[in-house]
Amino acid sequence: MQALKYLPEVVTLELDRSKCEGCQTCVIVCPHAVFGIENKRAVILHRDLCMECGACALNCQSEAISVRSGVGCAAGILNGILRGTESSCECSPDS
Amino acid sequence: MSELSQNNKQCCCQSESPNTGFELIADNKQWIDKYISTPIGKIPRIKTVITLSDKIENWKRRWGIGRVTHIIPPGLYAVGAPTDKSPVFVSANYKMSFDCLRSDLDGLDGWILVLDTKGINVWCAAGKGTFGTDELVNRIKVSGLEQVVSHRKLIVPQLGATGVSAFRVKEMSGFRVVYGPVRSADIKRFLENRMRATPEMRRVTFNIGERVVLIPMEFASYLKKLLFVLAIMFILSGLGRDGYSIERLSANGTQNVLLFVTAYLIAVIGVPVFLPLLPGRSFSVKGIWAGLLSIATAGLVFNFYPQLTPGLIASVSWIFIIIAVSSFIGMNFTGASTYTSLSGVLKEMKYAVPCQISIAILGAVLWIVGLFI
Ligand code: SF4
Ligand code: SF4
Repeated sequence: MQALKYLPEVVTLELDRSKCEGCQTCVIVCPHAVFGIENKRAVILHRDLCMECGACALNCQSEAISVRSGVGCAAGILNGILRGTESSCECSPDS
Repeated sequence: MSELSQNNKQCCCQSESPNTGFELIADNKQWIDKYISTPIGKIPRIKTVITLSDKIENWKRRWGIGRVTHIIPPGLYAVGAPTDKSPVFVSANYKMSFDCLRSDLDGLDGWILVLDTKGINVWCAAGKGTFGTDELVNRIKVSGLEQVVSHRKLIVPQLGATGVSAFRVKEMSGFRVVYGPVRSADIKRFLENRMRATPEMRRVTFNIGERVVLIPMEFASYLKKLLFVLAIMFILSGLGRDGYSIERLSANGTQNVLLFVTAYLIAVIGVPVFLPLLPGRSFSVKGIWAGLLSIATAGLVFNFYPQLTPGLIASVSWIFIIIAVSSFIGMNFTGASTYTSLSGVLKEMKYAVPCQISIAILGAVLWIVGLFI
């Protein structure tokens, strides 16, 4: 199946290849196969597929990746604005 | 494929739609089979067969029925006949995910470490940080896992990586995190493959089946607002130039309610079902296409029953109302989807929300004006 793509050129994902040690963790954790490895270092292959979940940055030991992570959920953002709190997606039962 | 495994596929990987105000209560633990002895005492062994009552409960969750949801008490559980060398699987304490996991572990011997995620599934909980490094490290300590297994390896669902930092867990607890597949249905193949996931096991998908199961939740999540709007619309339908008329109420009121409900259903069902086919990347734009589908449907019906056709102003007002509502429903589906980013949704909302509000107000005003003309 062709991967579903959201808006182009919006994500905040950044990779500093000079810090990368080629451990491949980002390739493993990314649920959208955004990363690949070239010349023993990570590369961003499909930037627009990134959903800013933050898994790669959190698991990169060399701090080569940065991304503003959050949940792409309109209802959560609206709720956040209406209640004046941080946006929170009410994914499932939550008291 | 059996009905059960189909269910598993559906319920293991998706984020659930909004549904708040639930009371979390401990489960009645029908799924505990017996207790087995370990160096730290008795540990409950779970059944890998999902009973009818489990299924009914999960079905109710899907439809947002009832105010109570069951949670699995956090801690260590056994599956099969595990030894100190058996693998350890980490799970959230959301009943539906737990049910998926235990049925997918049928035939395997291992341990399950259930984290306290407040009854929320792995992906959502990882996003909130409740399925996270601290909770995992803490749960390893309090469960006594170190004395139960001789190895130092944990299989954490890949989607947990949004909250868990593998290298920090290693630093803090000595346990090495191996990220398992996205779907628990792939666990057996993952183990057979010497704990290596294929690229396809690592990808989150959003196929037709995964989208369709979200429809009940989508449907239920707007129900209160829908009934509210319908009630107001119905009552106002009796209004006219000559005051209030009960006859008009029953004729126009019913028609208005039917129109709105049809448009609502087409958006709530059409957006998930046709998502990849609806033109536009923005979900608010995809919603508009569902709205056009509703308008076309209504047009077709009125073509066959011309005597039912609303007046010109009323018809135009309906076009606005349907477009605004469908676009909003489409936009809200971002929360249930598995590929939208925060930056993207913010960008989309910046122009979509003001448009939706203006169109909705325009439509509502026209509709009311139409009552008196
Ligand atoms: S996780 Fe970090 S260090 Fe490892 S390959 Fe990716 S960018 Fe490089
Ligand atoms: S933020 Fe998530 S989706 Fe984006 S590249 Fe990192 S792991 Fe992949």
